[in-house]
Amino acid sequence: MGLFDRFKQKVTSIVEQSGLNKLTEGLKKTRNAFVDRLRFVLGSGRKIDAQLLSEIEEILITSDIGVHTTLHIMNNVKDIIKKEGYEDSSEIYNLIKQEILAILSSSSNIKHDDYYSLVHNSKPHIIMMVGVNGVGKTTTIGKLAYNFKQKQKKVLIGAADTFRAAANEQLEVWAQRADVEIIQQKQGADPAAVAFDTVKAGLTRNVDVIIIDTAGRLHNKTGLMQELEKISRVIQKLIPDAPHEVLLALDATTGQNGLLQAKEFAKVSTVTGIVLTKLDGTAKGGIIIPISHELNLPVRFIGIGEKINDLQFFDAEEYTDALFTNEEHDITDN
Amino acid sequence: MFENLQSKLESALKRLRGQSKITEENIQEALVEVRNALLDADVNFSIAKEFIETVQVKALGLEVKGNILPGQMIVKLIHDELVALMGTGKSEINFNSSPPTVIMVAGLQGSGKTTFCAKLALYLKKKGRQPLLVAGDIYRPAAVDQLKMLGQQINIPVYFSEGKNPVEISKESLGYARNYARDIVIIDTAGRLTIDEQMMQEIEHIKTETKPREILFVCDAMTGQDAVNTAKAFHDRLSLTGVVLTKLDGDTRGGAALSIKKVVGQPIKFIGVGEKVEALEQFHPDRIASRILGMGDIITLVEKAQQEIDDKEAERLEEKIRKNQFTLQDFLEQLRVIKKMGSLKDLLGMIPGMDRAMQNVQLDDKAFGKVEAIILSMTKEERNNPRILGGSRKRRIALGSGSSISDVNRLLTQFEDMQKMMKNMSQNQNNPMQKLRGMKMPNFKIPTGFRR
Repeated sequence: MGLFDRFKQKVTSIVEQSGLNKLTEGLKKTRNAFVDRLRFVLGSGRKIDAQLLSEIEEILITSDIGVHTTLHIMNNVKDIIKKEGYEDSSEIYNLIKQEILAILSSSSNIKHDDYYSLVHNSKPHIIMMVGVNGVGKTTTIGKLAYNFKQKQKKVLIGAADTFRAAANEQLEVWAQRADVEIIQQKQGADPAAVAFDTVKAGLTRNVDVIIIDTAGRLHNKTGLMQELEKISRVIQKLIPDAPHEVLLALDATTGQNGLLQAKEFAKVSTVTGIVLTKLDGTAKGGIIIPISHELNLPVRFIGIGEKINDLQFFDAEEYTDALFTNEEHDITDN
Repeated sequence: MFENLQSKLESALKRLRGQSKITEENIQEALVEVRNALLDADVNFSIAKEFIETVQVKALGLEVKGNILPGQMIVKLIHDELVALMGTGKSEINFNSSPPTVIMVAGLQGSGKTTFCAKLALYLKKKGRQPLLVAGDIYRPAAVDQLKMLGQQINIPVYFSEGKNPVEISKESLGYARNYARDIVIIDTAGRLTIDEQMMQEIEHIKTETKPREILFVCDAMTGQDAVNTAKAFHDRLSLTGVVLTKLDGDTRGGAALSIKKVVGQPIKFIGVGEKVEALEQFHPDRIASRILGMGDIITLVEKAQQEIDDKEAERLEEKIRKNQFTLQDFLEQLRVIKKMGSLKDLLGMIPGMDRAMQNVQLDDKAFGKVEAIILSMTKEERNNPRILGGSRKRRIALGSGSSISDVNRLLTQFEDMQKMMKNMSQNQNNPMQKLRGMKMPNFKIPTGFRR
């Protein structure tokens, strides 16, 4: 990367970091589609009836929230309507929002301020990135490394995706962009060995945080999933409580299979959080709601673009708000 | 593939079995279950709804005839509807009469475009074509390197021009193809969001400049409700000619297959079933509809077997099985054939009823490596007559194969079980599938020591 590029990147990153409205922007499309439809359903001062409820059910299902969790939400809402005697459709909006928020915040949020400063963590803090193919693991690692680096942390990346063609090269580019060091071996090397080397080098170099990339793998491939177990096992020879954080990258376009992904990855590695990627597209990422509902896995980050600073902390309140509340008054006004 | 939808549909339809008449009431409950199963499978909401309505209307008009159960009739009805929804017949790549034929590949980030391009190139090469791969993704770090590496692996040239934009690269590649007598040009493009106007314009330009005969939309089979929106947006901009579903070797229920076809109106031409460059298959709606309904995918299995087993060998084997002379050596050879055919779990998934029978069985292809090692550590005599294996022979075999004596014992027990199973099968040749369905599986659990 040329000097000019670097300069340009710095400038844009400063400009962009100043505006916290990125999430709102990223979710705008999502929200608009959702809110527009809710407004359509709820806006006309209708009475609450079966037809209305089934229309709302449809909206939730088409957001990838899934039949099971949607029915759970709807049943709770119906109970409240019955108990409290709500009649006007405008009340439903808030009820649904509260239900979803309750599910999402039951997956505990991390303390944002401490995440990159690592004050409560052992050194080196070891993060492992896992997920199925093509969800954005490597990109997320680039962004994570960059964020740690911005907090003056010494970062080392381990390229344990030794399978996919040019995975090494891709991660190398991100390491350069984030200006951090990287440990690599040639394609086809044993990923556990790369992870081991990385942790060993990290100890020698006295780094603050080690981020290990792994190859994308479908969660139903037993052999590959056991390889993940092995990676953890091998680095535990150096640091017994490692990895301290296992992040599961999940594509926001993913449907109900996302739940199976989360379940299976949690079986072979102690997944500590989810990174919901590609939330800047038209998909709603609603699958995190059943995941929180059934597995109680917190969503740590959201990816909202291809640039290095396009990674943000997930905030249940903010996410739910962005999905629902922004134009709330518009909805009830009508 | 599709296991879950299959079992859910089955449980929903179980209620219909044994009832004499299809009434609005008794079908209602089943249809709600079917709808939920379809939604759980990520079938688009409106399409699932429409599907259910069609099935209901047709089901109520049905007369219960002879000894056919209403449940069976509905299964057939749903099957036919599924097939109709996913398109009929298989769909091949269309070629220009005067080369080169340009194939442009488009899709979201991470859907598997680059891998698919390489797979398609290899597929066409095997059919005697001379493909050229074009690296049109200059945005994702190392995307060009990835395609170059894959090209090298399958020995197919990759066109790229440093410093040029994707439109220029694609345009130039046509000249290169003419000069070097490549009759197919496969253009890999960067992953893009449909709301990224600049990127959508870029891909439109690539289309204008290269006039592709085929524009294939690559879609992750795990995609949820948004699949149809994305597919439609790409279709509106590019007029797609076909769809490719990737990552179908996962356990996704793949409802995207049902919806995209409907929304885009173009055939699903290929499915990606693995990370290896060979793991590309044609899409057969009838076969997959059959699988959804638990009828198994025997045709694919037979085709795969035909590719790997020659007839004489098969005859010899059959003879041996019938005479109960199947040895460990034969077992080893069979293992190797099976390994060539693909993952064991996939293969078993194609046999009717096997999906459920094997649901709780751990199947690990790597474990076969261990089995192979154990058999290879045996002498010829031992392989033909495992009864002679005593303690010291077993110890030697365990040492030689890097396993334990209990591993060796377990393999021998499994082998015996298998011999029994084969004996059963050969005695019931009139209707082997019927037998297979009701058959109790031997304890084919792979010992923990065999796992990696």
